[in-house]
Amino acid sequence: MRPSRSTAKSSQHTVNTRSSGSRFRTPRAHIPRWLGRLFRHFLIWLAIAYALLPVLWIFSASVNPSSSLSTQTFLPSRITWDHYRSLFSNPEYPFFTWLLNTLKVSGITAIGTVLICSLGAYSFSRFRFRGRRVGLMAMLLVQMFPQMLAMVALFLLLKSIGDVVPALGLNTHLGLIMVYLGGAMGFNIWFMKGYFDTIPRSLEESALVDGATPFQAYIRIMLPLVRPIMAVVLIIQFMTSYSEYILASILLRGTEKLTLSVGLRFFTEQAFNRRWGPFAAGAIVGGVIVLILFLPVQRLVVSGLTQGAVKE
Amino acid sequence: MDPRFTCTMRSQSVLGLTFKIVSLGIIDSIGIWGAVSLAFQSSYTLLTLLILGVGTLNVVILSKRAYPLRYLLPGLVFLAAMVVYPLLNTFYVSFTNLQTGNLLSKDTVLHLLDERYYLPEDSSVFDYSAFSDDADALALALTASDGKVWIYETEELREADRSDPALTFDDAGTVQGIEGYEIVEGIDRYQILSRLEALAIPRGDQYLRLSGINEFKAYRKQYTYLAETDQLLDRQTGLLYAPIDGKFTAEDGTQIEPGYQIWIGGENYSRVFGNAAIRRDFVRVFVWTILWSLFSVLFSFSLGLGLALLLNDRALRFRFFYRTLLLVPYVMPVFISALVWRGMFDVNFGIINRSFSDWFGITVPWLTHPTWAKATLVFINVWLSFPYMMLISLGALQSIPNQLYEAARVDGAGMWKRFHRITLPLLMISLAPLLIGSFAFAFNNFTLIWLVTSGRPAVFGAATPAGATDILISWTYRIAFQGGVGNQLGLASAISVLIFFMVGTISAIGFRLTRQLEEVYK
Repeated sequence: MRPSRSTAKSSQHTVNTRSSGSRFRTPRAHIPRWLGRLFRHFLIWLAIAYALLPVLWIFSASVNPSSSLSTQTFLPSRITWDHYRSLFSNPEYPFFTWLLNTLKVSGITAIGTVLICSLGAYSFSRFRFRGRRVGLMAMLLVQMFPQMLAMVALFLLLKSIGDVVPALGLNTHLGLIMVYLGGAMGFNIWFMKGYFDTIPRSLEESALVDGATPFQAYIRIMLPLVRPIMAVVLIIQFMTSYSEYILASILLRGTEKLTLSVGLRFFTEQAFNRRWGPFAAGAIVGGVIVLILFLPVQRLVVSGLTQGAVKE
Repeated sequence: MDPRFTCTMRSQSVLGLTFKIVSLGIIDSIGIWGAVSLAFQSSYTLLTLLILGVGTLNVVILSKRAYPLRYLLPGLVFLAAMVVYPLLNTFYVSFTNLQTGNLLSKDTVLHLLDERYYLPEDSSVFDYSAFSDDADALALALTASDGKVWIYETEELREADRSDPALTFDDAGTVQGIEGYEIVEGIDRYQILSRLEALAIPRGDQYLRLSGINEFKAYRKQYTYLAETDQLLDRQTGLLYAPIDGKFTAEDGTQIEPGYQIWIGGENYSRVFGNAAIRRDFVRVFVWTILWSLFSVLFSFSLGLGLALLLNDRALRFRFFYRTLLLVPYVMPVFISALVWRGMFDVNFGIINRSFSDWFGITVPWLTHPTWAKATLVFINVWLSFPYMMLISLGALQSIPNQLYEAARVDGAGMWKRFHRITLPLLMISLAPLLIGSFAFAFNNFTLIWLVTSGRPAVFGAATPAGATDILISWTYRIAFQGGVGNQLGLASAISVLIFFMVGTISAIGFRLTRQLEEVYK
């Protein structure tokens, strides 16, 4: 899963060092190298300040004894964890219920997506059957259209499913998970198929000669080899569902059922000014969870993204 | 061959068979159970779909030829049910009048109207006593004003016979007991009130219904449906109602609520384009959606590319560390950063305006003035998406062959020239499709708009709920679920369909560009 960038990088590096020798061709040569390098670091630190300022600000707000937006200062007068404690106890703000709901919904969606899509990708990658090309084209077409545009129809669909099977209808997590799973299919099957295609067939073929069924070859040979892409899809899908707002806001109603995105917006809808402190604590907890999940697999996800994945 | 290996293989295929049988069993039992409950609710469209679906599943699981499909099946089921069907249904709904007041099917509405009653002038009044047995079944004894007593038991009404041994009468001739039942009196009566209210006991062409806590009255059905002429007769007034635009309407214009869903052809579309007021909203929202996506991509790509150029030097210290820090805005869930920014940009209390008034003595209407609100939104979106742009630019920069730079250097090309003659054109080849993808994403970035401004500030005189910062998708959302005039699901679906076509066009351009640019590269 690592992109082959090291060769390109090292040769570029050689070019840079060599360029200092031919000084009459590079205008930058008049500026001392250390100053240029310092300037580069300075610019990057400026960007980092821009990137991190809101995060530092919200962290400072979360430990500030004042819970109001209007009296917030960058450095809190003293540090308190009261706002974090209030996440457990505020009945208007059942933060942990929302967080658990979100973890449940996005966790199940992510695992389901990996299982189901790896099966589908295996089929598209390894079998030749009638309708394969049409199927691939159809997947490509379907994934171009954002599922949320069908929000009215999804609302009506879950409403009528709920009339028959209340556990899958409106205001249920299972219903929302089904919707998310559907939306994740088209893109991820294509994405995974691309990776499956790069695994040589000879490995499974020898297993098939030894009498394994294709399904055994999938489980025993393929899955261990494609672990990186499975991790990427798992994390990206988890993050996507974790942040999803519009469908969750249409399909979930009761306060106890909300996911974090809908819940936080609901909580801050009124009296945002007064609720800033507790909100800040919730924002930090909600954000840190994703950061912790993301950082260890950063390289994998980044290389997955830059390999032509259009996903934000 | 290793004997252990064969052994596990065999047990695996037994496992496979078990799996097949179990999954078939689960699918079919769910199917049968669903079919039965759907049949009871007489929703035959869904029933047909269910039978077709379960049939296909069985064929795919049992047939050898459909073997590859078994792997695709789980994905296809969700894709079909949760993406393809809703997409098609969006098209269908966009051609109907589905909205508050017209949410039900005609059959359901007729069914509801059939349960409306009126009190005729010659109605008679009944006192009653209520009884219930161990299984909570209800029985009633109804005494008419002429002294006749009627017994309602096991959903049947019969005239009480004084010699019936199952009944106990008191001196006044009212029933005090029914064998097998306990009388329900006093406060207990309130507990069965809702069940009593649901009763409509047929007697001839009349229906006995609860009309007060202590009495029943004889009602008549209000409406008769005349199937041949598709009209509704109000038996109380004698008025005839004809179905017009999804509502039963009398000649004098009175309508019967609720209305029902009907096919209205392209009317929703002609409202968007034909109705001057709605068209004005549409054009305004559309233009802003395009500008919003364009500026977001342009600025975030410029910033991202700039940072990528800075970071794209192997000799740079802390490179990986810098990149990780710069990724934070990308990793933070959008709903969190959007709300944080909303707090910071708050016009009255936000840190930005408080600092501005401290330092310069001015405040800026960040989120309350239409133009400022738009600029603020773009600013926030740049913050959210520049890390992504930086990542894809870094990837693309590293794929540019170095000989090109060396050759340019030999030819005496300066830094700027190398950038805009080599780097930029080559970057565009690999990044153009991704940038178009980002454009399409911004085009539908509901979450950010909704959490920061919710489409506000409001625009006075707008025909639909369209604020100054509403993009097409948030406008659709408001029409569908937030409108002051109720939920106009049909109109919202029509706009969804329009967005479908726009996104489709954008993606098609993306595909073409990929191919063309690749040919250029060759």
